[in-house]
Amino acid sequence: MIYIVLIPFGSALLLGLVYLINPKKERYHFYSRVGVLSPVLSSALALMVGFEILAHPSDAHFHITLFEWISIGEFKINFAFMADRLTAVMLFFITVIGTLIHIYAAGYMRGDKAFGKFFSYFNLFMGSMLLLVLADNPIMMFVGWELVGLSSYLLIGFYHQDAANIKAANKAFILNRIGDFGFIIGLALLFVALEGHGYTFEAIEANIGLVERSMLALIAMFLFVGAMGKSAQIPLYVWLPDAMAGPTPVSALIHAATMVTAGVYMVARFSFLYNEVPQVGEIIAMIGAVSALFAAVIASYQSDIKRILAYSTMSQLGYMFIAVGLGTYSSGIFHVFTHAFFKALLFMGAGAVIIALHHEQNIFKMGGLRKQLGLVYGTMFIATLAISGIPPFSGFFSKDAILAVAFSSEHYLIWGMATLTAMLTAFYMFRMLFIVFFANASSAKPLNPLPKTMTWPLIILAFGSATTGLLGLNEAYGGTNLFENFIALPDQTYELSHTSEYLLGFLNILMALIGMGLAYRLYAVSAKEPRANTVWRHAVIHKFYIDEIYDFFIVKTLRHLSLIADKIIDNKVVDGTLNIIISGYLMAAKLFVRLQNGKVRFYALYILAGLAILSLLMLDTLGGL
Amino acid sequence: MTPDNFFLLATLLFSIGLIGVVSRRNLFVVYMSIELMLSAINLVLATFSRLHGDMHGSVMVLLIIAVIAAEAALFLAMVVHLYRLKRTVDSDDFNTLAQTKEEI
Repeated sequence: MIYIVLIPFGSALLLGLVYLINPKKERYHFYSRVGVLSPVLSSALALMVGFEILAHPSDAHFHITLFEWISIGEFKINFAFMADRLTAVMLFFITVIGTLIHIYAAGYMRGDKAFGKFFSYFNLFMGSMLLLVLADNPIMMFVGWELVGLSSYLLIGFYHQDAANIKAANKAFILNRIGDFGFIIGLALLFVALEGHGYTFEAIEANIGLVERSMLALIAMFLFVGAMGKSAQIPLYVWLPDAMAGPTPVSALIHAATMVTAGVYMVARFSFLYNEVPQVGEIIAMIGAVSALFAAVIASYQSDIKRILAYSTMSQLGYMFIAVGLGTYSSGIFHVFTHAFFKALLFMGAGAVIIALHHEQNIFKMGGLRKQLGLVYGTMFIATLAISGIPPFSGFFSKDAILAVAFSSEHYLIWGMATLTAMLTAFYMFRMLFIVFFANASSAKPLNPLPKTMTWPLIILAFGSATTGLLGLNEAYGGTNLFENFIALPDQTYELSHTSEYLLGFLNILMALIGMGLAYRLYAVSAKEPRANTVWRHAVIHKFYIDEIYDFFIVKTLRHLSLIADKIIDNKVVDGTLNIIISGYLMAAKLFVRLQNGKVRFYALYILAGLAILSLLMLDTLGGL
Repeated sequence: MTPDNFFLLATLLFSIGLIGVVSRRNLFVVYMSIELMLSAINLVLATFSRLHGDMHGSVMVLLIIAVIAAEAALFLAMVVHLYRLKRTVDSDDFNTLAQTKEEI
């Protein structure tokens, strides 16, 4: 179990060192083999761990303690790993999808000058995420959490020759710091509130009753701030679209296997805590619903293929937070699971299109690629069906479960927003698909050939996207809740009759079809880039000016505050006080320097004066006067 | 014969010497003023010795006179040396220990 984490870190170190010895030398085979081998080994080990966990009862936990890490009185943190069923699911898709993305990246990044560096970061990214999910205590989880932030920063800013990319990387890093700040405050409050009764997840779970309800709500909110940052929810989402500055495999890794799922995982990991405070859960679900709808609206007007996918990720993450917020953690994780497959596939397909078209990302400059890129078209079509929620593809089942929960728990507003989002999802995904593959080709440039390493992972993922949904079939659809029973999280249960379940499912399909039909009508034959000719479009195309608003309210305010601090507080107040003191000394010095004129007779006078004073003093004390 | 006259004379001599040291710039005059002050002290010592009938004071006066003789030799040698350095015996020209304006 340790080796799952250690192998990616080890190979990241090895690749990094080899790269640093001679960055100029092209060692394509060495880098790609080492870089791909480590996730393969990790996947194998993760599968073994998964099977072992499967053989044990559902509440079994596996522990490995390496050493005692921090020990200050009662406060003891072990460097330890823990695996249970939730971990096993996360491990499975992180390693498997991670491996596929690594293979894909070997093809995508071929010929890049910093190929070795890229794989070193890539392995580091995966290792960090694995550390995060395998952590035995929140502190270890936080270490993984921060490492994920670091490696995402390194990878988003991978093309560091361009200043815009650096800006995007910084944005991601800083916004994640804001979230992490909330996370660490939440953890600290939790530890303080528990008064030393447990630092591992299990111990915290056992003693959670010791903490007051209001305190728990506060802790839950702070922890969720951390999740907001990592999982790109309103208001900390703005880094996610900009994170597209990185190479496409990085986007795939961030959006599918690592990073953004960390927030959902964290909430599921703390499910025992969130179950105590359902009001906080409702806030989370509301934020999720708003994020989902908001991102879907923006995605419908974007013209950059990667940005569309980025907003769709944010939208899907919103669904996941609706699920975990309403206490159905297994539905949330199930959506994470299915989403990982189709989102990785979509990104890799988009990357393939981008490579084939010589790094063109604007969908309105593509078009008619159906014939030339048949394989990419087919696999992306499956993924689009999956994300839009058309049965029997995976997205339908996971999304349907979440919508059913929102409906049956009587959160009709959330349900309404989520359903509307489902329609928009189908609309913008098919819009993208139709424009890229159907609409009339605008230019007939020769396409770049795609290497096999880039196409094979697409096929495997397409298979996954089509079938993984069947794992979570519930009773209404003739399944046995396989996934939910396996993962065994403390879910809330809501009653829903089979009839209404069918009706909801039918409504979802109908919504998806409406979205699809709309997209077909508007974009399938001829596609024109949306122009900002109405107020509404103007606002949406500019992403509701959220970046500008943030810039105005937060960045500018901070800037002005800093300027005030610099120009007035520092320059005037602090330096002013010091300057007054200094000038006092200077004046005193100018006064006294006149005494030391180097003339002997003046010195004689001083001696005389001194002696006279001394004599007077002596006379005074001896009583002579 | 009252000792008051002696004390008055000693005070006068000392004051003249003091003013000479402080106000004159010629090193020789300064030297002579110092000698005047010393003589005034000697006079006070001798007067007290006589008043109290204690000969220790007179012994000390004789010793001081011998020391003054030695000091005269040393002082004159130093003045000659200073003159050789700067071709002047004006004490205000020997102000190298002073803080100059530029250093402030």
